[in-house]
Amino acid sequence: MQVTSSSRRWLVPALAAVGALAVLYLVTLVYAVGQTLLAGTLLVIAALALWAYTSKKTVALRYLFPGVAAAIVFVIFPMVYTIAIGFTNYSSRNLLEYERVQQILQEETFRAPGPAYKFSLHPDAQQFRIRLEDQEDDKRVFLSAPLALRQPASLTVDVLPEAEAKVVVGDALPLKEVIAQQKDIKALTLRFADGKQVRMTSLREFAPAQPLYKPGADGSLTNVDTGEVLKPNFKSGFFENAAGEHKEPGFRVGVGFAHYQRIFTDKRFQEPFARIFIWTVTFSALTVLFAASLGMLLAVLLNWEGLKGRSVYRLVLFLPYAVPGFISILIFKGLFNANLGEINLILNALFGIKPAWFADPFLAKTMILIVNTWLGFPYMMVVCMGLIKSIPSDLYEASAVAGAGPITNFVSITAPLIIKPLTPLLISSFAFNFNNFVLIALLTGGRPDFLDISVPAGTTDILVSYTFRMAFQDSGQQFGLASAISTVIFLLVAAITLVQMRFTRLAQDGNGK
Amino acid sequence: MALVVDKSQRWRVLAAHLFLIVLCAVVVFPFLVVLSVSFRPGNFATGSLIPSEISFEHWRYAFGLPYQAANGQLVEPELPVLRWLWNSIKVATVSGAITLLLSTTAAYALARMKFRGRNQVLTGLMLMQMFPAVLALVAIFAIFDRIGSAFPAFGIDSHWALILAYSGGIAMHVWTIKGYYETIPYEMEEAAKVDGASPWQAFRWVLLPMALPILAVVFLLSFIGAVIEYPVASILLNTQDHLTLAVGTKLFVHEHNFRWGDFAATAILSGLPITAVFVLAQKWLISGLTAGGTKG
Repeated sequence: MQVTSSSRRWLVPALAAVGALAVLYLVTLVYAVGQTLLAGTLLVIAALALWAYTSKKTVALRYLFPGVAAAIVFVIFPMVYTIAIGFTNYSSRNLLEYERVQQILQEETFRAPGPAYKFSLHPDAQQFRIRLEDQEDDKRVFLSAPLALRQPASLTVDVLPEAEAKVVVGDALPLKEVIAQQKDIKALTLRFADGKQVRMTSLREFAPAQPLYKPGADGSLTNVDTGEVLKPNFKSGFFENAAGEHKEPGFRVGVGFAHYQRIFTDKRFQEPFARIFIWTVTFSALTVLFAASLGMLLAVLLNWEGLKGRSVYRLVLFLPYAVPGFISILIFKGLFNANLGEINLILNALFGIKPAWFADPFLAKTMILIVNTWLGFPYMMVVCMGLIKSIPSDLYEASAVAGAGPITNFVSITAPLIIKPLTPLLISSFAFNFNNFVLIALLTGGRPDFLDISVPAGTTDILVSYTFRMAFQDSGQQFGLASAISTVIFLLVAAITLVQMRFTRLAQDGNGK
Repeated sequence: MALVVDKSQRWRVLAAHLFLIVLCAVVVFPFLVVLSVSFRPGNFATGSLIPSEISFEHWRYAFGLPYQAANGQLVEPELPVLRWLWNSIKVATVSGAITLLLSTTAAYALARMKFRGRNQVLTGLMLMQMFPAVLALVAIFAIFDRIGSAFPAFGIDSHWALILAYSGGIAMHVWTIKGYYETIPYEMEEAAKVDGASPWQAFRWVLLPMALPILAVVFLLSFIGAVIEYPVASILLNTQDHLTLAVGTKLFVHEHNFRWGDFAATAILSGLPITAVFVLAQKWLISGLTAGGTKG
């Protein structure tokens, strides 16, 4: 015991020191790759961890730290970051950061005057040699040393005349291999004995090339070829010439409330946003209404002692909740298929109709509500059953003595007693469906789309699926705009949560009295 | 309940049975269709509920085995269902283990220790549940894009990215485990501490062994949660071989490539185990779910 405690006294600080050094090394590595933000985050987490596990005052924090840190980094930080992205022009046109765009533009080259060389790639053991042949004078042939070409690196490599290199290279590799290595070859600069340099200009050619842009002290870039001056515009997020024309690629800049202005005042975005918002609320409210009504009815029935086989019914009716959502939703997607689905086969056989469930907006919405009620009623049923069980049975006995029927029982005993504790659950169910992305994404994908709106938006899209399409599917990966809408949804959900907490408190007060 | 069974009562029982049977039929119908379709030759829905001809081609497809098609050609399955299943199991096991580790320790501090900010942490965890990850997809994508440029193994299209993204979802589990810890009497840990055990030893050797059932349940829940998670997986994974079941299965019921039979076999293969576990764990699950609603 003595030995372990004295060795522990040394072990803990030693481990902490080794850990700290390892983290510092890691942070330096990340910083070197250019991910300043990530390096900073890592450093802060590591410092907090070091403090939590070495200070004497932080016993509770030691247990909390891993969990809370994970929650902060992967749940809370993404939300804050979403809000931040909502104030930038982050999109496929403005994907990179300013420094990176500057770097890319400075790497652009143009064909300078001078002879061009036919180029071929030759294998040399595990490596490659580049062979250049003057297009005008096929006596002038040059060869590089063996190159690994495993990752793009800006290298300057000397080439020797083939005669001096004294090697016989194998057959040239086919164009397919050249294309596979293109990125690595493009990064190379080949230098002749006389100091002249050439770079890859096409898949078959190397030619004298020099950087297209010359950086100025004020951040501007001067086109060496044409003399045009490009200046970074931190409002639009592009390098622009004097006429204000954009040079791709753009970079990320803050745009303030521009996205919010577009959502709420620009007709092109206001219209779909308003329609989708209304459908989102309708969809969640109707889902809760249908699922809760059906669930409550079933709960009352299944609590009826005069009914046999209740446990079997309960097990079967619970199934929709137990089957993974992605499977049952996809099953319905198949069942509702207009031409091949079983539902239309049955409808066709019975009534001779084949509703276009996925093409007609109204039918698509109806289908979504049917499927979501099917998915949602078991939860309501189970919850209501629990609440009904907690109602004292002497109330029902008294009403039976008074000769009341089941409807009177429900209206004057069951409903008033369970509505209070049920309300917060109904509200959280509303909030859940408000963001029920999986249902919409897997069942209809938001389609059919609005025909009278220029932005890709669907008649069955709810707000989250709309932002998803905007960010990841349709034109232009508009991350900034999508994040702004997500921020609006955050606020809506926060409002719903406040209402829910209020009703929860009411329900608890009700229980206490 | 009612002392006298009169005539109207009998009619009511009959009506209730009828209603429940119809509803059960509606609930079971989709599953029966899927079961039937999975044994029916061809990828079309036409046919009776009990297939006139049993064919195992869809099951062979789901297991990645080649089969002979109607036109006599040998068909190699193009969608790697077993691979997706394996990916799902891998991601769910690792993230379940991480979630368990993170939430048991956090719940211990919240259940057994007094410290400043304890109530705030509890409320914070409760509030976190209200904001689903689907609202922060853009940020999650951007974060893993950044991480990926420094550590490719943790970037977009890697399973580690998915595991990390899931590891923050501990809020509900912390509440569940904390509730369970609080039902275990504190005296035994106290006795251990009197005998010279450190808080860690009291936690590791006294409390944890008694909390094993809830740990198993929480592991199962986060395992299932990771298997059925769709939004985050759909943006973080894109190579066909890297997909999880929840993302990959969608490819079967594409509008232009409607592989109904193959989907049916895949759905049963992947859905049945999860459903069975879920039904078995439902008692725990529902108490955990309603706890979230009423304890706030």
